[in-house]
This record gives sequence, structure tokens and C-alpha cells, in this order.
Amino acid sequence: MDLVPVAQLTAIDYAVMAMYFVFVLGIGFALRRSTKSSSDFFQSGRSLPPWVTGLAFLSANLGAQEVIGMGASGAKYGIATAHFYWIGAIPAMVFVALFMMPFYYGSRARSVPEYLKLRFDEKTRTLNALSFAAMTIFSSGISMYAMGKLFNLLLGWSFDVSVLVSAVIVLAYVFAGGLTSAIYNEVLQFFMIAFGFAPLVFLGLESVGGWAGLTARLTEAAATKGLAPGAYTHAWQGMTNASTNPLGVEWFGLVMGLGFVLSFGYWCTDFLVVQRAMAADSMLAARRTPLIAAVPKMLFPFLVILPGMIALAMTSAAGGIIPAKLAADGSPLLDAAGRVVMDFDLATPMLLIKLFPEGMLGLGLTALLASFMSGMAGNVTAFNTVWTYDIYQSHIKKDGSDAHYLWMGRAATVGGILLSIAAAYVAGAFNNIMEVLQLVFAFVNAPLFATFALGMFWKRATGHGAFWGLASGMSGAMLHHGFTLPNGSVPGIKGGFFGLLHTYPSEMAQTFWTAIVAFSTCVIISVVISLVTQPRPESELKGLVYSLTEKPQDRGLTFFQKPATFAALVLAATVALNLIFL
Amino acid sequence: MSAEGSLDLRLPIGGLFVTLGIMLAGFGLVTGGNTAMYAKSGGMNINLIWGVVMLITGVIFLVLAKRGAAKG
Repeated sequence: MDLVPVAQLTAIDYAVMAMYFVFVLGIGFALRRSTKSSSDFFQSGRSLPPWVTGLAFLSANLGAQEVIGMGASGAKYGIATAHFYWIGAIPAMVFVALFMMPFYYGSRARSVPEYLKLRFDEKTRTLNALSFAAMTIFSSGISMYAMGKLFNLLLGWSFDVSVLVSAVIVLAYVFAGGLTSAIYNEVLQFFMIAFGFAPLVFLGLESVGGWAGLTARLTEAAATKGLAPGAYTHAWQGMTNASTNPLGVEWFGLVMGLGFVLSFGYWCTDFLVVQRAMAADSMLAARRTPLIAAVPKMLFPFLVILPGMIALAMTSAAGGIIPAKLAADGSPLLDAAGRVVMDFDLATPMLLIKLFPEGMLGLGLTALLASFMSGMAGNVTAFNTVWTYDIYQSHIKKDGSDAHYLWMGRAATVGGILLSIAAAYVAGAFNNIMEVLQLVFAFVNAPLFATFALGMFWKRATGHGAFWGLASGMSGAMLHHGFTLPNGSVPGIKGGFFGLLHTYPSEMAQTFWTAIVAFSTCVIISVVISLVTQPRPESELKGLVYSLTEKPQDRGLTFFQKPATFAALVLAATVALNLIFL
Repeated sequence: MSAEGSLDLRLPIGGLFVTLGIMLAGFGLVTGGNTAMYAKSGGMNINLIWGVVMLITGVIFLVLAKRGAAKG
């Protein structure tokens, strides 16, 4: 079936898009002259103010998967999707700011794997560095693939051209200005997303009759799906049991799996985001970075989840905004009950096309493009740093000059982009390979937070304990996945490939419990092996472990300037949001 | 040497927003009479409205950058 583009752009739309790219490339060009050392290139010379690192901390994670995916989940699960922000991000962001940043920033490690080397040993660092490097390439490839596919569908753009052009633009500005250039563009992209999506939500709410109209329409939509009336507009309704809420998971799995293991594992240990905070100009600025990011983060559900909910409200059985998923023969796909299966990933882009006239349409699509590209750039800057410092410098060439490592960083940028393009094409050709890889990375990530938490807060933890804890946590995740299945799935990629011991009510429940199992396995094995192996002398652990490190003294700061006060306000606001949408 | 010293990020943000604001608001003024085009956005000339909002935001960033430069 030939695809007919959904929308046509006019001159003003292209002009808006072109102007954005002029500024993106201009930033890279302007920063080229001040990028002289490897520290400038990989760490921004640790010189950026906290509002810049804070917005980049948020924005590096705000790839297109998030903008499109959260809209899709909004259409699928309703306001309960906000749990991914209020439970699944804010507490972890507060924790990393107050308790972990002192070690990342204070130890003067240049990357997260390098912290593992300082605290534990070379093998733990290498395990983390290799898996992380592979993951960044894979994510940036997926991001490119999704972009090429989406813009082909919406505008009829050639897949090859959109992948190559965006890759060249990202390459140009990261190559020239390194991390600073990536961070500056992430902040620019943050404002583009905010200003591209705010009018979308405004127009969308206007057209469905405000929040009251949205609630009324979603109550009807819930009824046709056999859910309770408030299922889409209340975040906590029916959370006592997996079968009575749209997510299909009970509160304990949600809070422990998503809110604790997965979210702390991501926000507290993923170098992609932590690298932004490490570029701050002082310890205080580094600690404020995740807190500054948390403020827009808690409000983002209104920008990215609401469009999905509005799109759902404007879609009825007769059709509307969200198109049906198509079967191989081009006919709409039906579920077991004979209802049309909707292609939720198109909820946000379709709403954009429906509500924005030419001009604004250019702005909205530019915001979308911006999020794809900064997702790529974030991964590429994390990759070139981990490759150069944690793999190349520690295993291949230990005593190069600073100019040599700067050169290697630029070479790794080119290499990383080329590998990402390759990954994008692999994703297009072999859907299954990507699904398997995604699963493998989920196993690799699940136990990470346990290793960092033990390393930072228990001085007795040893390198052998950390390494084997990590390895067994990953295996534990794989075993758990291999012996369980979500309800209604067949053994294979969804699990059950070793046999079937337990069935979960939904895929989400299975994912959260896999994380819980991985974390617990990692803690137990790390503790047992640490206790029977030789600990490092305490003198070597100063600055790396909580009990042996001087606490940051916030003397000279007024009450309202203290990070702890800021953190308390952020948490209070999050609780308030949960109560409003209870 | 600090990367911040070489380029204040508020300048490109302000510059981009002022440029886009003028483009959208200008386009909105020119197309203001086209009711068919603005039926999509519920009859609102969203290009003009949002163009002005972006223009004001851009000017605020430029003013902040100028003050910052004067201070230090």
C-alpha cells in the first residue's frame, strides 16, 4: 500500500524549521573556538550555570520516544500515565541531587563508569562502560528510525533523507562544540517543546470544552472499554488491584518497581543525564541541577500526556483523531472483542496536524524534530565520553596527550553517529532483533541502582561483590522474565521461554516485578560476596562513600537557597499534584 | 577559561524566539482574513497570538542577557 502523506507543509512552515536549524548550527559554530581541551569537549570545562545544566538534565531525557510515547500512553491509560513522572521520576531526581551528586561531582570522576572504577575496580567499570556504550548507540538508532518513519508517514519525506540530514546536523554541532554544544541545544529544544506544545494543549482543551468537557468525553470512552467511569481522569483510582485500573498493575508493583528500582536506576546512574549535572560550575550548582529539572518535569504531564487524552476524547468508534492500526493487508486491526485497535503512537502527531493551521504547524513539527535530534545528541555525547575515557584511555592507550583524547572524542562522535545510522536501518529491517536487544538492556539496567547504592552508602562493599552482584542481578532479571508471562501472551519475547511459573495481569506488571527481582538478587549477592572478600582500606574511600565523606556544608546560604529546602518544596508540590488528580 | 564566557545561551534563545515570533505574527497578520484556514484552530488567529507571545519571551531573554553582560 502506498502511503499518502497526512499533511502538506507550506513555505512558512519550512521557513520556521529552517530558522531553527540556523540557530542550532550557529550555536555549534560559535562554541567551536572555545572548545580547546578534552575537558571542554567532554565536560564543558565544568563551567555551566545550574539553570542551563538543569534544563539540559531534563531535556536530554526528553527525546521523541518520550513526547510521542507519553502522548500514546495518555491515550491508552489516561492521567495515570503521570505516575511515570510523579512516582517514576521526581523522588529519584530529588535523591540524586541531595545524596549522590556529592560523590559524582566531588570525586572528580569524569563519567559514571569512572566513579565505579574509583569506588570498586576496573572490571566493574568495564562491564558498566561496555553495556552503556552499546545502549547509547542503540537508543540513538531507535530514535532516528522512529523519526524517519514518522515524518515519512506524516509528510511523505524520504526515510533515507530525513535520517541522513538529521544525523549530519547533530554530527556538525557535537563535533564542533562537544558537550557544551549538545547541552545548549538541549536547552533550546526544551523551550521549543514547551512553546510548541503549550498552544496544542490550549487549542485541544478549547475544542473539547475544557477539563470538564474532557472528563465527560473520557467517561464515555471508559465505559465503551469496560472501565470504571473515572478511569482515565483519576491517577490513583482502582490501584489496589491490577484488574481495576487501565495500567494493569497494583500499587505495590508500581511504587517499588517503577518508583524505586527502575526510576532510581535511571535518574541516579544513567550517565546520559548525570553527565549534564557533572558539567555544572560548582558543587552547589551540580546539586541544584536535578532539582531545577524536577520543577518542569512535574508539570510536563500537562504538555505531553494531555494531548494524547484530548486525541482520545476526540476519537469515537466512527473514527476521529487516532487512526486504526493496520493489519498486513491494509485493513484495520481488530482485537479479540472485535473492537478496532488504535495506533496510539500517532495520537499526538495527529492532534498537531488537526489543530494547527500552517505557520503553527511548522512550529509544532519543528518541536517534534528538535526532540528527536536532541535525543540523538544526548546519546552521542554520552557515548563519546564513555568510549574515550572508560574504554579507550583505560584499555587501549593510557598515556596519550590531551590533544590526542580530544581528537579521539571527535572521532568517536563520527563513529557513534555512523553506528547509530546503522542501528536505525537494522531496526527497520529486523524488528525482532531490536525487541530482543531492548529486552537484554532492560536486564542489564535493572540491578544497577543496587550496585551504586551499596557503593555509596556501605563502605564494606567490595569490587568483587559489586561485579558479581551486577552479573547475578542481570541473570536474575533474565530468569524471572523467562519463567513468567503477561496475561494472554504466548511464550517468546514476552517471556516464558524457560517455562511458566507465574502469569502477570499485564506486561507493565511483569516489567516492574522483573526489576524488583533483579534489584533484590543484586543486593543479596553483593552483600554476601563483599562480606567474604577483602575490603579496601578506608583511607582510599574518602570522597567516595557517604560515611567517609565530609557533608556539603550549606553555610552562608539562606534558608531558601539551600538544596534541601528546594527539595522539600519539590516533593510537597508533587504530593499536591497527586492529591488533585487522586 | 569558561565556555560560558564565550557565548551566553540567553542570546541564541532570545534571538530565535524574536525571529520566530516576528515570522508567525507577521504571517498571522497577513492571513488574518482567511477564516477557512483558522477553522482548524477554532476560529482563533493562533499564528498572531502565539507569535506575539514568542516575541515577548524572546525580548525578555535578550534583556536578561544584556543585564547579565553589563553586570559581569
